[in-house]
Amino acid sequence: MRFVSRLKAFRCFEPITRLNRNVGTQNANPEITHFGFKNVTVKEKPKKVNEVFDRVAGNYDLMNDVMSAGIHRLWKDRLITVLNPCDKTKLLDCAGGTGDISFRFIKRVKLQHDCPEPNVTVCDINPNMLEVGKRRAETQNLHLKWVCCSADDLCFPGASFNAYTIAFGIRNCTHIDKVLKEAYRVLEPGGRFLCLEFSEVENPYLRNLYNTYSFQVIPVMGEVISGDWKSYQYLAESIRKFPSRSQFSQMMRDAGFQNVSCESLTFGVCSIHSGFKL
Amino acid sequence: MAALYPNHIPITKLSRILLAGSSAVAALRNPYRDDMVAVCSETTACNALEHMRGRMLDDETGRRILNEQPRVNSSTVDLKLLRALPESTLGRQYVNMLNKYNITPDSRRDVKFVDDPELAFVLQRYRETHDFNHLLLGQRTNLRGEVAVKWFEAIQTFLPMCWMAAVGGTTRLSRKRRLRLLQQDLPWIIPTAKSCQFFMNIYFEERLDQDIDDLRDEMKIYLPHS
Repeated sequence: MRFVSRLKAFRCFEPITRLNRNVGTQNANPEITHFGFKNVTVKEKPKKVNEVFDRVAGNYDLMNDVMSAGIHRLWKDRLITVLNPCDKTKLLDCAGGTGDISFRFIKRVKLQHDCPEPNVTVCDINPNMLEVGKRRAETQNLHLKWVCCSADDLCFPGASFNAYTIAFGIRNCTHIDKVLKEAYRVLEPGGRFLCLEFSEVENPYLRNLYNTYSFQVIPVMGEVISGDWKSYQYLAESIRKFPSRSQFSQMMRDAGFQNVSCESLTFGVCSIHSGFKL
Repeated sequence: MAALYPNHIPITKLSRILLAGSSAVAALRNPYRDDMVAVCSETTACNALEHMRGRMLDDETGRRILNEQPRVNSSTVDLKLLRALPESTLGRQYVNMLNKYNITPDSRRDVKFVDDPELAFVLQRYRETHDFNHLLLGQRTNLRGEVAVKWFEAIQTFLPMCWMAAVGGTTRLSRKRRLRLLQQDLPWIIPTAKSCQFFMNIYFEERLDQDIDDLRDEMKIYLPHS
C-alpha cells in the first residue's frame, strides 16, 4: 500500500540559479528596480518591502537598539534639534511607522513651547508598523493622527504642512523622485523637508569595518532575535543601493527644493538632508 | 557563493561563528526556541554530516535514501491511510503521536546554513526522522524523553548540537527526573545507540505498515520492559 505519494521522489536540493548580485549595475529597463542586491519589477518592490516590514514590525524598536547600540536615538534627537520645531509647526512624519520621530517632536514642542497639542500626522504604507506606533502612543498618552498611505502618493491636499520628515524610510521607496515631488507638494511655501537616512562612510578603514558589521553581524542579530536573516540582509543591501549624498541632494533640487544641505553623522553612517520650499 | 538550494543562505566564516555561539546560548536559555536549536545544529555540524553521509553510503538503503532524497511532510505522507492501520504499526503510532502532541509532519524547519546540498539533505532527513526515533525508543516528547532521544542521536550521528542538547538538557532536568534518566534510561539507551542499526539507513516511509516491535527487533533496539 502506498502511504507515501510519488512526490517523495522529487529532488528538493537541486542547485538553483545564481542570485543576481549585480551590485551597482544600472538597469536600463524602467520596469526593473532593485530590492537590495536583487533585481525586481517596479510592481513587485512595494509588495516585497511591505513583507519585510510585516515581519520586522514586532521587533523593530528592539532591533534598532541592538543593531546601533542605541545610537539611532541620538540620530533621531539630532533630527528634531535641526528641525527646531515650535508651536506653529505642522509636521508630516512620513514612513513614521512606530512613531520615534513624532513622539520626540511632541515632547520637544510641549517642553519648549508649552503647547498642549502639537500638530503632527504620521503616515506609513505598512499598517502593522502603524499599529505598533499607535500602541506605543497609547502607553505614553500621546495624541497624534495616523494615516496609512504611500509616500509617493500622499492623500493630503497641497500646502497642508510646514515641516516634513522621513527617517530611514526613503530608501525603501520604489520611486524616490515621486516621494520628493509629493513632499514638495504637501509643504507650504517656507516649509522644510528633512530626511534622515543611511549614507556612505568616507574613511576606507571604517568603511570596511562598517561593511563587515552590516553584512556579517547584523543579519546574525536578525536571525537570533527575530528569526529573520533575510530582512536584515535586505537592510544592509538597501543602504548600499541608495543614491550618494551628492546624488540625493541633486534629486532634492530637481524636485524643487532650495537651500539644500547635508549633515553627516557618526562618520557618515547616516546623514540629515535638508531643503526648503521657497 | 550563490545559493545552492531553496532556502540556502550562504554565510561567511565570521557570521557562522557568531551564529553558532549566539544560537547555542539562545537554545540553552530557552529550549522551546526550535528555530535556534535548528540554526545551532546547522552552524556547528562540522564533520558530523560527512560522518553521517559516510555511514549512509556504506549501506544499500542509505545510498537509496541519498539518491531519492525523500521528504517527510504532509504532502508526501498520507495521514488518512496511516490512521486506518493496525495499532501496533509504526505508521499508526506515528499518527497517534502527531495527534497527541498536536504537531504535524510540517513542524520541522528547512535547513538554511549548510553549504553543500547533499549534506543539507542529510541534516534535513535527520530532522524529519527524529519523531520516528521517539517512537522506536518509546520516549515521550517531554524534556526527559527529548534528552533521552538526544543521547541516542548524539552517539549515532556525532552531531555537536545533539551532544549539547543531551548534556545541557540533562542539567536542566529536575533532580528527580535527572536521576531517573541516569539510572533508568541511559543504562540501556547508550549501549543500544552503540550497537543498533544507524537510524538514518532506515527508509521509514516503506516501513509504516510494519509492526513497530518487528522493526525494533530488526534494528536491534530492545526496550527495557520488553
